[in-house]
Amino acid sequence: MKRDLALLLGILLALLAALLLWALHATLALEPGPRLAELASARLEQTGVSNPVTAVLLNYRAYDTLLELAVLLAALLGIWSLGPAPAGYQRSGPALAALVDWIVPLAILAGGYMLWVGGHAPGGAFQAGALLGAAGVILRLSGEPSAGLPGEPAQRWLVVLGAGVFALVGGGLLASGFGFLTYPPGQAKWLILLIESAATVAIGVTLTAAYVGGRPGSGTAHNGTGQSRTVQR
Amino acid sequence: MSAQFLYGGAGILLFALGLWSLLVHEALLRKLIAINIAGGGVFHVFIAIAYRGDTAPPDPVPHALVLTGIVVAVSATALVLALHRRLEQAEEPAADAEVLSESASASSAAPPPRTPAERTPGTPHPETPHG
Repeated sequence: MKRDLALLLGILLALLAALLLWALHATLALEPGPRLAELASARLEQTGVSNPVTAVLLNYRAYDTLLELAVLLAALLGIWSLGPAPAGYQRSGPALAALVDWIVPLAILAGGYMLWVGGHAPGGAFQAGALLGAAGVILRLSGEPSAGLPGEPAQRWLVVLGAGVFALVGGGLLASGFGFLTYPPGQAKWLILLIESAATVAIGVTLTAAYVGGRPGSGTAHNGTGQSRTVQR
Repeated sequence: MSAQFLYGGAGILLFALGLWSLLVHEALLRKLIAINIAGGGVFHVFIAIAYRGDTAPPDPVPHALVLTGIVVAVSATALVLALHRRLEQAEEPAADAEVLSESASASSAAPPPRTPAERTPGTPHPETPHG
């Protein structure tokens, strides 16, 4: 019965895939109509950045990215509300520890580069934040229970930094008569860089905290998990 | 055109495979992986549609949408993994009680419960997010 159902679903989904493939093929065969790309590249000079993807994310559709940071924050708040973080991993041996000592600073350095290069080439806050998050995951895996994150109050400030700075810039522009997240000409680049820098730190901290997987400062981290386990073994 | 169709078509196939796996399998982790694969297929289609020929640069709008989509997918995955771990923790005491009652009737000592200290760096928990 169960197997018959799976087979039936497989046939139906194969038909759906065939229909979608036909639709894609027919669409690609058509003459391309007007696209947003022309509009996006026509005004690129005024956006303050020369990478069109960054221009879309931080200028044309900046409110989209603001809400995206809010989604990230909401997911982390959901994870924190589920209880304290589980105990970390056992301390790594000397070889892995030496490797981690090299990889983590390099990941942070590469994150800074990614942030800057996003203005004119592929890169930006999310890529840079992902690198920072990867550094945090590596630290956690190597037996650092806090994954390199600061204490609870600082952590709470850092995770709202991205959406907070974004909303403050938008509100400030609104108050000074430009409209929400409508950058004044000439200052767009520095406002975007400010938002992206704050977003990078916030994304890195949020991803790391999500990997740690629980509310900070609620017991487990202070039980000295890493060290007591090293003693036990 | 044919490379574009190949790339977008591969995305459609990934989407269909992910959707099938999501509907057929019962385990939550398999469903989660299936959703992510289906989402990856949708991203493929978006990237394929952004292509505008060899002479023009790709359309940046679908690229930005995919970037947004990846972040939302990672957030949702992390939250689901945390929920999944809580579900497992809620089920564990019941399972332990069953083991205890069985071993008591067989008059043998119950095995000691597994502690987090047994985890080593080489064997991370399968449900830890890799975001």
